[in-house]
Amino acid sequence: MATATIETLSTSPTKVKALTSAQGVEAWHVESDVVPLIAVAFTFEGGSAQDPAAKPGVAQMLSRLLDEGAGPYGSDAFQERLAARAIELSFNAGNDAIGGSLKTLVKHADEAFELLRLALAEPRFDDDAVERVRAQTIAGLRYQQNDPGVMATRRFFAEGFGGHPYGNPTSGTIESVASITRDDLVALHRAVIARGRAKIAVVGAIGESRLSGLLDGVFGGLPEAAPLKSVAPVVLRNRGERVIVDLDVPQSVIRFGTEGVPIRDKDFIPAFVLNHILGGGAFTSRLFQEVREKRGLAYSVGTSLVSYRAAAMTWGYTATKNERVAECLDVISAEMNRLKTDGPTDEELQKAKDYLTGSYALGFDTSTKIAHTLTQLNFEGLGIDYIGRRNSLVAAVTQDDVRRAAERTLGDGRMLVVIAGRPSF
Amino acid sequence: MLDHSPARLHRLDAEPQGRTEGGGPEVSSFTLDNGLEVVVIPDRRVPVATHMVWYRNGSADDPMGQSGIAHFLEHLMFKGTDQHPAGEFSKVVSSLGGQENAFTSFDYTAYFQRVAKEHLGTMMHYEADRMANLLLEESVVAPERDVVLEERRMRVETDPSAQLSEAMAASLFVHHPYGIPIIGWMHEIEGLNRDHALSYYRRFYTPENAILVVAGDVTEDEVHRLADGTYGRVAPRGERPVRFRPREPEPRAARHIAVADPKVEQPTLQRLYLVPSCRTATDRDCYALDLLAEVLGGGPTSYLYRKLVLERGIAVNAGAWYMTSAMEDTRFSVYAVPAQGVSLQALEETVDEVLRTALAEAFDADAVERAKTRLVAETIYSTDSQSSLARIYGSALAIGDTIADVQRWPQEIERVMKADLVAAAERYLIPRRSVTGYLQKSA
Repeated sequence: MATATIETLSTSPTKVKALTSAQGVEAWHVESDVVPLIAVAFTFEGGSAQDPAAKPGVAQMLSRLLDEGAGPYGSDAFQERLAARAIELSFNAGNDAIGGSLKTLVKHADEAFELLRLALAEPRFDDDAVERVRAQTIAGLRYQQNDPGVMATRRFFAEGFGGHPYGNPTSGTIESVASITRDDLVALHRAVIARGRAKIAVVGAIGESRLSGLLDGVFGGLPEAAPLKSVAPVVLRNRGERVIVDLDVPQSVIRFGTEGVPIRDKDFIPAFVLNHILGGGAFTSRLFQEVREKRGLAYSVGTSLVSYRAAAMTWGYTATKNERVAECLDVISAEMNRLKTDGPTDEELQKAKDYLTGSYALGFDTSTKIAHTLTQLNFEGLGIDYIGRRNSLVAAVTQDDVRRAAERTLGDGRMLVVIAGRPSF
Repeated sequence: MLDHSPARLHRLDAEPQGRTEGGGPEVSSFTLDNGLEVVVIPDRRVPVATHMVWYRNGSADDPMGQSGIAHFLEHLMFKGTDQHPAGEFSKVVSSLGGQENAFTSFDYTAYFQRVAKEHLGTMMHYEADRMANLLLEESVVAPERDVVLEERRMRVETDPSAQLSEAMAASLFVHHPYGIPIIGWMHEIEGLNRDHALSYYRRFYTPENAILVVAGDVTEDEVHRLADGTYGRVAPRGERPVRFRPREPEPRAARHIAVADPKVEQPTLQRLYLVPSCRTATDRDCYALDLLAEVLGGGPTSYLYRKLVLERGIAVNAGAWYMTSAMEDTRFSVYAVPAQGVSLQALEETVDEVLRTALAEAFDADAVERAKTRLVAETIYSTDSQSSLARIYGSALAIGDTIADVQRWPQEIERVMKADLVAAAERYLIPRRSVTGYLQKSA
């Protein structure tokens, strides 16, 4: 099948250049002047897995406080400077990293990068801001407290990674967030927001020399990184268990998971192709066909490969009315077993590869998305040439590769299953 | 599939819904002989095309007693034709490396694919085919109805805040079908069948009622040629189907409603006002309302956030939004999330007090300028996304706006004066136009 190849894109992520500034800040850069904006994405190694043991939620609270007052500006003054020039700045926390993004019109680039510098280097953590963000975070946790999807996900991670930092919710708990102190925030900020920890990508209407100066301004003055707390490798626990979180709702939300392969593993790409066939995004996946199209069991059903620094898994989601939970789980298990036992057909494999190679370019349609993807690839250590190589890696996947990946991911068929609702078995 | 339900805006983390029309690209348009309108939006950055077909019918056109039929039919449109059996189109899209989906809103239904540009003609072939030749075998209807019922359970039946949103819309619109949820009421979805779907399909899925939007690395000539050879072959019906839309009467009663549920741990306060859209405003009120929503409730520098969250500490979040894109009178929302220990009654009193002081305090030159800057910048940011542009133009045309309306939106926003904001607030943000909703824990 003829497909859009990345090489022909004019805002092409393959035109990405590795840039090193005068002060040694490294970034990936795609210059494109079609739209008068600049999109920046960055990520610092060290996320919620670095939270103090009894205090999940510090990394997320930190990420929410970086733009709540910095340098000479209190929270309101800082936000007003962003808003006055329509500069969009946001931060987020995941298991392994604190990241963020900046979007600005070219004409406001100097101000935008200066505000980013202040947010990263000189956050104030003023008492009123800390208390306000704490209250907002707790309100958010209360709001989701009996949401079946949130309950199922939390319980899944607690069961699957209990005792490990990945078992804790990134957003923390009402109790843990209440106990977080300013010192916790300052300590994590010092540990994570440091030179050499950041992966940075910039896409937009800005040339190399000007960008280099701006990057020096933001990242050049950050303190040198000290070692992070090590995060032990962990495999998904409690496979074979079925856990019910009781909630009085007419539909049960289901999370299921089994083993995975990490993104840098040689079997990741075969596992990725396999996952597309099983439950990947398109309407053509086996689970979509068997669970939704043929039986009308659910509106959404799918699986994805999860790869953290210290864990990997295949995990899936669906939701069906309480009366049909058993049937739904049977169908999912049967499809997983069938795929593992018989493998995909040759045609299925070819179509999956056609889709995955052809659609890769579609993910690069906005400057922000390109910047985020580049940052993510850099964070995973996949190399600046990865985008150019990636489709040939997918195209090279054979039946043997997929069988091997199936052995490693679907394995013995034992899943951890968490159900939030009131299923009738 | 993707239900474009505004209910999601009521969530705690809801962003105000801005109107993000872009004035950038050289948009062209023409009409095929059979009445199908075509819009072409050039975006030459990537060799990709976004192909969308919009139909001028949405949930507000559902026949009485058949709520949800527009959305149900949207699902059924993936179930095959005489020439191409169920699933074939999706398989082709997928094997070409394309992505696809569809969504239903109050005023329109749209289908789209994103593909490498050389596959545009193939997409047109399949999309034109299902405009006229939908098969709908009985065997696919029942499972798909189950899918929609599961979708409603997921979105609404398990979520008290979505139930409040539905109840508030039903209360705000006492006569107009905007008060009926897009996905339909549970008991009416259960009764939808093949005959309902087919008669709705035959009424609305016609070339005269459709708008084709193509954004991407394409020329007008190329799109015209491909469209003539595909959509151009669909027989015209002679005229566009009539959409009967009752007008909402002048509201008289301030309404208060509550959803109380044992699952609610965090109460919220929601308020809706009945306001004109750009289609019903007799003057330029809709632009004033756009800007008013941004000044009052667009993010952490807005008046409501500063007063309620920063100064009084009575709320942990507060904001406002205006659902500007609508054929008839529409909704303007104000919401707040109480701080720990603050009752919804106390919060509501304070919100009303702050809305009164806003008339004198909220519209200083800096605040108005900031809001304008943000709204106008959004239109520039939107030109970075091919699919955003396609959606902006498609939705505008589907409700009766023109390409020129979209393109002059930034200038209209710039022209709004402080006096316009005060007048809009005084005219529309008044009790008799409002529904106030409490989401609270049941005793």
